[in-house]
Amino acid sequence: MTAISPTEQAATRATSIVAAEAQARARLRKRHALVIGLRLAILVVFLGLWELCADYNIIDPFFFSSPSGIWEQIWSWVTEGTSQGPLWLQIYVTLEETFLGFAIGAVGGIVAGIILGRNKLLADVFSIYIKIANSVPRVVLGSVFIIALGLGMASKVALAVVMVFFVVFANAFQGVREADRAMIANAQILGASPMQITRSVIIPSAMSWILASLHVSFGFALVGAVVGEFLGAKQGMGLLISTAQGAFNANGVFAAMIILAVMALVVEFLITRFENYVVKWRPAPFNEQGT
Amino acid sequence: MQSQTMAAEKLSPAAAPADAAIAIDDVTLRFVTPDGHMMTAIRDFTMTVARGEFACVVGPTGCGKSTTLNLVTGLLRPTTGSVRVMGNRVTDISRDIGFVFQADALFPWRSVIDNVAAGPLFRGTPKAQAYEKARDWIGRVGLSRFEKHYPHQLSGGMRKRVALAQTFINQPKILLMDEPFSALDMQTRTAMQDELLGLWSGLKSSVVFVTHDLEEAVALADKVYVLTAGPGTVKSVYRIDLPRPRVMADIRYDPKFIEIAKVIWNDLREEVQLGQSRGLQTGH
Ligand SMILES: Nc1ncnc2c1ncn2[C@@H]1O[C@H](COP(=O)(O)OP(=O)(O)OP(=O)(O)O)[C@@H](O)[C@H]1O
Ligand SMILES: [Mg+2]
Repeated sequence: MTAISPTEQAATRATSIVAAEAQARARLRKRHALVIGLRLAILVVFLGLWELCADYNIIDPFFFSSPSGIWEQIWSWVTEGTSQGPLWLQIYVTLEETFLGFAIGAVGGIVAGIILGRNKLLADVFSIYIKIANSVPRVVLGSVFIIALGLGMASKVALAVVMVFFVVFANAFQGVREADRAMIANAQILGASPMQITRSVIIPSAMSWILASLHVSFGFALVGAVVGEFLGAKQGMGLLISTAQGAFNANGVFAAMIILAVMALVVEFLITRFENYVVKWRPAPFNEQGT
Repeated sequence: MQSQTMAAEKLSPAAAPADAAIAIDDVTLRFVTPDGHMMTAIRDFTMTVARGEFACVVGPTGCGKSTTLNLVTGLLRPTTGSVRVMGNRVTDISRDIGFVFQADALFPWRSVIDNVAAGPLFRGTPKAQAYEKARDWIGRVGLSRFEKHYPHQLSGGMRKRVALAQTFINQPKILLMDEPFSALDMQTRTAMQDELLGLWSGLKSSVVFVTHDLEEAVALADKVYVLTAGPGTVKSVYRIDLPRPRVMADIRYDPKFIEIAKVIWNDLREEVQLGQSRGLQTGH
């Protein structure tokens, strides 16, 4: 057996590792570029086909609109304003209703979830009513709210609140229930009071459940606000849609839809940022580790 | 069993002296199962731990070892009989007690230092002081470089060290440990046992250490309790008179140690077999 000098061996190994790493990085970059390129290509092909079909009347642009028509509509809303006033005001009104409803519903859901999750008796008593309330189709409540609260902001906020509340409540409740019993006992023995246990064990361990529900429920809040406006309002994106619908203006409906989608995406992005900040203690999933 | 002249002296259960750290007196505990039946976890259970004594509890799985510890903490109340800690009946979770859990019970959203400082902070120690103390204890378990790490970034052995520091920082007079090292490999476990004995001799607390590993029990303990298969009760008690300080890596080759372990194993074996055959019958 001949011994290879360890320093020599290490040196060749080091250079080959550096080379391999550079290669791997280059491969990753290439793949990333490929994914982005394919995504763009699909978008272009989709919009192009849509436009062509509309131009050649394969689909009727009167019903199904066309990319250029939608773009013109958005542009005219931006430059000339909508029939109900400037576009940014419609966006602002809808966002305000959404955020208010989202905030109230989420805070209410979290508080109720924690209280019921911590108290078995309350949970057993109220669970039946929550099930009943949850099984009412909530969009129908929109009509009730408009009758009761009028055409102003309150009715839309109320509808957004009920859309959000139950989702967040259910998740917060489940999160509290799943809090690890050994961890709670540990905190108790280390000297934590019931309040301290709630603050430093229950809420953090329910946090991932709660955050997951916030993702979904922001969309619900937006649906609540828009449907509320749709049912009766003086301002907002929902009214814009219903006006366009009344005038058989497919371009208007699609344009409003796209603006709403962009709003939802932006907020979703912000929530994800917030989530990553709050749960930075969480281990990365295995497939992301080490990259 | 014939009387032992060697290091494993079989003791007869006697009435608890008034100054015992832990006195469990003729306790029976029944659980009400979800379908409304009563299930006896431990029965006629008597155990005393003197101040500064290191007691180990061994017994087949499901015989009520964890239940016994929970009685001492106050998380469970006896159905009949009494549990006293430092002379007082257990009515609430006592501040004198520290508990190292079998499962990982660290707070995953807190860094190492925040985990270790949790006890003093819960108990109202000012922040600066709590963190200073925490830093000191993290140093004692050799994790100073990992203060800012989160539990998921540590190895299993390191997490156990954090758990030890988290418990010891409260300087408990009573230390309860539920199979704390069972998930560790041999080398790490030996190191942790030495560490535990070092910390214990500094604090002079009274320890109840539950384990299913008889050799671990003999190596660590002043006194070993052997429990019967469930519903558990004390089958026999042995005093272990091996000299201290003990070195875990060497003690298992000590002929005296081997002899003691053999004697106690003969006692424990029947119960383990009984426990296993019952487990098979009831499909556990
Ligand atoms: N909360 C509970 N409700 C009902 N039965 C329980 C409860 N906790 C424990 N038991 C029962 O009491 C018995 C003793 O349980 P315990 O956890 O004390 O066993 P153990 O000796 O610690 O076992 P192991 O060595 O496996 O940890 C078991 O049969 C278990 O099923
Ligand atoms: Mg146990």
